[in-house]
Amino acid sequence: MNHFFARHLYLVDFTVASLGRRRGRNLGLFAVYVLLVFVLASVSLMTHGLRREAQAILESSPEIVVQRMIAGRNDPVPTGAVAAITGIRGVRAVQGRLWGYYYDAGMRANYTLMVPPDRPVESGAVVIGGGIARLRQLDTGDIVHFMAPDGRIVRFTVSGTLDSASELVSADLVLMNEGDFRAFFGFPADRFTDVVASVRNPREVGTVASKIALALPEARVVTRADMLRTYEALFDWRGGMVAVVLSGAVLAFVILAWDKAAGLSADERREIGVLKAIGWETSDVIAVKFWEGALVSLLAFLAGYVLAYGHVFYFSGALFEPALKGWAILYPRFRLVPEINGQQVATIFFFTVVPYTLATIFPIWRAATIDPDTVMR
Amino acid sequence: MTDTVLISLKKVSKIHNEGRPNEVQAVVGIDLDIARGKVTVLRGASGSGKTTLLTVIGCLARPSSGRVALDGRDISGMPERFLTRIRQETFGFVFQGFNLLRGMSALDNIMLPAYPQAPPHRWLRRRALDLLSMLRLEHRADTPVEMLSGGEAQRTAIARALVNDPPILIADEPTANLDTALTREFLGIAETLKAQGKTLILTSHDPRVFEAGMVDHVVTLRDGRVEERR
Repeated sequence: MNHFFARHLYLVDFTVASLGRRRGRNLGLFAVYVLLVFVLASVSLMTHGLRREAQAILESSPEIVVQRMIAGRNDPVPTGAVAAITGIRGVRAVQGRLWGYYYDAGMRANYTLMVPPDRPVESGAVVIGGGIARLRQLDTGDIVHFMAPDGRIVRFTVSGTLDSASELVSADLVLMNEGDFRAFFGFPADRFTDVVASVRNPREVGTVASKIALALPEARVVTRADMLRTYEALFDWRGGMVAVVLSGAVLAFVILAWDKAAGLSADERREIGVLKAIGWETSDVIAVKFWEGALVSLLAFLAGYVLAYGHVFYFSGALFEPALKGWAILYPRFRLVPEINGQQVATIFFFTVVPYTLATIFPIWRAATIDPDTVMR
Repeated sequence: MTDTVLISLKKVSKIHNEGRPNEVQAVVGIDLDIARGKVTVLRGASGSGKTTLLTVIGCLARPSSGRVALDGRDISGMPERFLTRIRQETFGFVFQGFNLLRGMSALDNIMLPAYPQAPPHRWLRRRALDLLSMLRLEHRADTPVEMLSGGEAQRTAIARALVNDPPILIADEPTANLDTALTREFLGIAETLKAQGKTLILTSHDPRVFEAGMVDHVVTLRDGRVEERR
């Protein structure tokens, strides 16, 4: 075997034995380290996961949404707006949408009721999202009752459930046909909730949006880029808030690591002196300390990250749900799609493993340069 | 027959904490030859400079002035890395208080000096067990060193000093904490090693050591200077 590897195998062997000899202290440090990585990785995985979900939704969302504003509040859009927008140069397709919110007092949850543009639903039937199916224990063929705004109890048959890659898109959805929707909410026949438009040239979205705003002065025009910015800001803000709260924990860990690394005990100093006296080089002592730092760091990093992965993707990030998923009440069993991002892993690795390993080595280097005769004094 | 010189010291001085208020001149202008294959004892009262002289001879410290030659080669000005290599290959150390690493077994302690050279593990383990066997300690191989008796700890320390098969064994006050029986046992081991051709350099102010029959040379130190040699 190559001498370099054989030597390092011996040094790793000694390092593991050394860690075992100071079991209590090392286990304490390991636990704190795992906790820190767990918390940081949980926040990072969750923020990234939510942002990715939002982007997935927005990718399939319309390029331009036109709403009508009266006294600063949303108001249904007259059906005539569809024709007005269709006439604007650069617009490819225009469609009026019907959707609204329904509060289920019994379940204390909000549903989104919607008329699907591309999926016919029979009169008296609804197609429901996975979240509602779980919450109300419904399946295809079951009967569901909703209370209309005027107090009527309206009965629907569940004709299917939605199966979507993204729970965030479909969990709270109830799809019904246009007639049922207008009858249920008492929605005027000459109005839409909003109007969506697509544009021939994606680079012209901004220009077309300006033209729509000019043609319909009472309209509020929202582009996909606007929505994306809002989501980004929201998740960055939430992630940032949690990061600020956690910075105290990170600082405490840095102090602990520095104290552990810089505060070599008399026992450790004596041990280094003995090793040097019996023929170990300074580089051997530094290598042992490097392995000590690296082994503790890597194992803690791995354990912390695996725990965070399970926490976020299998336990819905239960510990940080209130802070990071503000609308969690809508999604009793909300789950993100598992994904690991290399850059994310590298960032957390850089901010935890590298500083600890360095903090372990630097003071040891000072100690290792002490003359070996100290052991004789 | 004339002794061949293994280690030669010329006007060696050693100052601790040089240039600081707590500066101490531990060894002053010593000329000394250590004979190959013989047992040399450095004797003297506490503070006489014998341990400091031992550290200079054993390449654990460089002299502040003067020259140290090993087998005719001047080693006094060598960089730390070369001195480490010489320590690995030439010297085995038995420290006062033994300085075994607690929490590790006797066997692991014995193998430690060989780790940087990375010999085959099976060979190294065999070598350590053979040494334990030679010192009648094989039954304690897996015992943590803090569980060993004083005599067992000393024999473990001797085995550790011998694992790299050095030609020179250095022992600092080897009988300081031992009773008469254990002192006799140590002298027996020392005699065996001498018979194997090893050079032994000991420090001691114990008459049971420097008056022992196997001791060839006794150098008496006082206040960092050689007072007498025989």
